[in-house]
Amino acid sequence: MRKLLIFVGVLLAVHIALLLVHPSGAAEPPTGDAVDVGIVFDMGGRGDKSFNDGAYLGAERAEKELGARVRFIEPGEGSDREAGLRLLAAEGMDIVLGVGFIFTDDLTQLAKEYPNTDFAGVDFSVGQDKNGRIIQPPANLAALKFREEQGSFLVGALAALVGNSKKVGFVGGMNFPLIHKFEVGYIAGVKAVCPDCEVLSQYAGVTPEAFRNPGKGKELALSQYQQGVNVIFHASGSTGLGVFEAARQTGKLAIGVDADQFNEAPGYVLTSMVKGVDNAVYDAIKRVKEKRFKGGIYQYGLAEDGVGYVYDRNNEKLIPPAVRARLEALKREIIAGRIVVPSTK
Amino acid sequence: MSRRAAIEEAVLPPLVALLLAAVVGDLLILSFGQSPGAVFQLLLEGTWGNAYGFGQVLYKATTLVFTGLAVGLGLRAGLFNIGAESQLAAGGFCAALIGILLPAGIPALLCLPIYVLAAALGGGIVGAVPGVLKARFGAHEVIVTIMLNFIVLALLNYLTSAKIHVPDTLHTPELKSGALPRLGDAFAPFHGSAANSTILLAIVTAVALGWYLFRTRRGFELRAVGLQPHAAEYAGVNVAGVTWRALAVSGAIAGLGGLNYVLGYKHYYEEGFATGAGFLGIAVALVGRSHPVGIVLAALLFATLSQGGLAVNALVPKQMVDVLQAVVILAVSTSVPEVRRLLRGARRSNDS
Repeated sequence: MRKLLIFVGVLLAVHIALLLVHPSGAAEPPTGDAVDVGIVFDMGGRGDKSFNDGAYLGAERAEKELGARVRFIEPGEGSDREAGLRLLAAEGMDIVLGVGFIFTDDLTQLAKEYPNTDFAGVDFSVGQDKNGRIIQPPANLAALKFREEQGSFLVGALAALVGNSKKVGFVGGMNFPLIHKFEVGYIAGVKAVCPDCEVLSQYAGVTPEAFRNPGKGKELALSQYQQGVNVIFHASGSTGLGVFEAARQTGKLAIGVDADQFNEAPGYVLTSMVKGVDNAVYDAIKRVKEKRFKGGIYQYGLAEDGVGYVYDRNNEKLIPPAVRARLEALKREIIAGRIVVPSTK
Repeated sequence: MSRRAAIEEAVLPPLVALLLAAVVGDLLILSFGQSPGAVFQLLLEGTWGNAYGFGQVLYKATTLVFTGLAVGLGLRAGLFNIGAESQLAAGGFCAALIGILLPAGIPALLCLPIYVLAAALGGGIVGAVPGVLKARFGAHEVIVTIMLNFIVLALLNYLTSAKIHVPDTLHTPELKSGALPRLGDAFAPFHGSAANSTILLAIVTAVALGWYLFRTRRGFELRAVGLQPHAAEYAGVNVAGVTWRALAVSGAIAGLGGLNYVLGYKHYYEEGFATGAGFLGIAVALVGRSHPVGIVLAALLFATLSQGGLAVNALVPKQMVDVLQAVVILAVSTSVPEVRRLLRGARRSNDS
């Protein structure tokens, strides 16, 4: 009994002693008047090499260039999303960002409750009322949306131009409207330069798991390559890692998505359809800093450099100059509005 | 056992376990270059330190009480129900489904029994499958419940992302009537927190389960099967019957947990609305030693860690809190029996 009490006493003493330790690099409570930025990530969290990491990069740049102070929260379960946003809003952040379409309802709710805080949602899904009119987000909420169909259009044209086959491939993650935008734009791009080409288009599943299934991605890609496809565009999160694996194995080409995915399979990545989440996040923070933040719908397309395709030293050998010129011409046509890319099935 | 000994045995073991976990937590925080004092202070301020945080703790604890009770009931019958995760989801989904089918404008009190029945049925059916397979064919419930998790969750994913959903989202349409009031509606300081009146249902369930286990013949039979099935059978207990009923009721209780989100918070079923709460229920039941009072306390502890994890996310990564939860589980499951043994040993040497 006495030994036990001594043990309890020792534990308590160690705990109290440790509580008082204050390492030199420990975070200090915020002071000064820098812009305070709060970001709540999607469930996938950081390290997805896609939009969560994109948002992180944007915030990091704002930290360096604008002197912003950034706080991150990684939610665990459904109720954590609202809790995370609310914690940040209650702490008096100047702007609170939610990363992912899933934050739509929570952001709308919070923006109404905290009218003096600015909010922004990446991939925010704007609803429509019964008459099909767009429901505008609250005045302190910016919906950061991307015209993925425009970027997909260009990589579709590229796939048809360099594919050397009448068949091109598409592998989607979860079969739902957000990914249909990629597919529809891609098909339109293929048809624009090769009207009699055929697009083999497959999805990995109908659940969010479909974004995390490289095995399935490889299976779909291998079967498409076997049917005579030479280029596959994937819009499927980490399922796409399987597509790259299949490209490497068969010596054919794949197109990455969201970020430059050249490093996933050097030599086999034709290009990547990049989505400028980092720029959109950085811009939103910058507007807050310059006190000209306004709510509403922000569309990031080719014209705003919100989407695009990668062309650099890594892949210039794969894209002949004539093809590059053709793509740039198409890009100008889209920006000028002479080509309208569809975004729904 | 004297009164003093009883108190010692109730207080000392968890105290030792928590202190152990706290010291390991300190070291973890130091390894991230942060001050343990600051992090623990932030953790407490963000949870018990203000009404909103406390409301969030209550909300998270409500779901955990249900899943903890579900796993605890199974353990009392000698069955390890790993399926609370999918039973919880199935219960929530069935309630949401009924909510879409019910006409609008029915008073909440009238709907409540229907929702309770739907959620219990949803979870109960998922729980009964391994129960029947075990009773009839001797299939091991651990394997069956794990596998059912995959099947049921995949099925619900499919339904909510392809069939019954609002376009561009991963959730079903809202309930038409019968949503429960949030605590914030009655007590203004709770405003904004997800805590809602489902908490009363959780307390009622805990009390009812305690009464069932320790005050009824069926409960006695269930515990007898859990302690020694062959002896129970010899004494005339229908072991197969007890087995499948225990797993079905266990599933039903887990299913009720879905009401916390669907009926009390968002009023719709959403893909992944309580990811992890089912598995955390296993920890809650183990730390709570499968006793309703212990389960309620353990649920509050884990809910505090979970909500506190969000509050300290600025200083340390979320994974640190996950590790801390695991340390609590390890500390409790190893040190509690050990401290008990020491206490009893000390008492025996005093007596002689």
